[in-house]
Amino acid sequence: MTLQVGLLYSRIRKDEKLLLTELRERDHEVTKIDVRKQTFDISAAPAAFDGLDIVVDRCLATSRSLYATQFFEAYGIPVVNSHETAAICADKVQNSLALEKAGVPTPATKVAFTKETAMDAIEEFGYPCVLKPVVGSWGRLMAKIDSESAAEAILEHKATLGHYEHKVFYVQEFVEKPGRDIRVLATDGEPIAAMVRSSDHWITNAAKGAETDVFDLDDEAVALVRKASDAVGGGLLGIDLMEIGDSYTVHEVNHTVEFKALDDAVETDVAATVVDWLEGKADAAADELEVTA
Amino acid sequence: MTECVECGAEVSLHDDLEVGEIIDCTTCGAELEVVDTEPPVLERAPELEEDWGE
Repeated sequence: MTLQVGLLYSRIRKDEKLLLTELRERDHEVTKIDVRKQTFDISAAPAAFDGLDIVVDRCLATSRSLYATQFFEAYGIPVVNSHETAAICADKVQNSLALEKAGVPTPATKVAFTKETAMDAIEEFGYPCVLKPVVGSWGRLMAKIDSESAAEAILEHKATLGHYEHKVFYVQEFVEKPGRDIRVLATDGEPIAAMVRSSDHWITNAAKGAETDVFDLDDEAVALVRKASDAVGGGLLGIDLMEIGDSYTVHEVNHTVEFKALDDAVETDVAATVVDWLEGKADAAADELEVTA
Repeated sequence: MTECVECGAEVSLHDDLEVGEIIDCTTCGAELEVVDTEPPVLERAPELEEDWGE
């Protein structure tokens, strides 16, 4: 079945190129939707969206992703990931709350709204601990706090120079991981592939230059991935785990996940597997429409 | 080949060019966004925003 797939973007990264190539090779019709050139009417979908079977949100900007997914849902056009998933994953506080509520092991975290209460939270964790922006990615603006004076300086800078979101202080225990963390790409909780990201630096994001290698998930990790995915509403997700002894903790789930580094690290054809899943989602959405019609 | 809008040097382009893709100018290092493919047109790419990511 040929699908009409909308690809929502503002930048075509290697990830989007892999998806576009796979979709076109399967003769699906792809409509690229540059969110920067689009307006969204609250009452009616733009004509450009006519006939779309499914839309894939690949927005680079979280703010656009959050609104755009809401519009597609309002227009009755299936979108992956859902707005619910985007809203939870886009915000580290929501993300942590969802994982905790679902009983997924996740690093101890406290949130404070003033420098003074943030300092209290930091002192309770002791040094080192970690301060993260509630919205952000690629390891940017993450601070490992080693001392009281460093904490005071960082909090002062955030409170003075940052916009209002930087006055939501997200403080987390520092997890002593073995120089690496694990990225799992999963569709509705089903792992596609996994890799370790290793670095001498405490931040081990691939975007920060960490070295990557394939990782075989054990049963416990597979179960955690499923649970973490369910906790945020499912979808195409990048689930990040850290090893603690012989167990794991899930520190975050990403909703517009990049997979080019994973595609390079593993033998699985990642884009093909993602498109398999997309076809299934589109079929399911079409079936649902028939039932409700 | 097309010209870098930042430094004027020639920029070589690959065959499967895609609108929205970013090309680095190997001469000045500027990030250039592909805004058209037939013929290729490049513009300065937007600066990194705080909410960008995955």
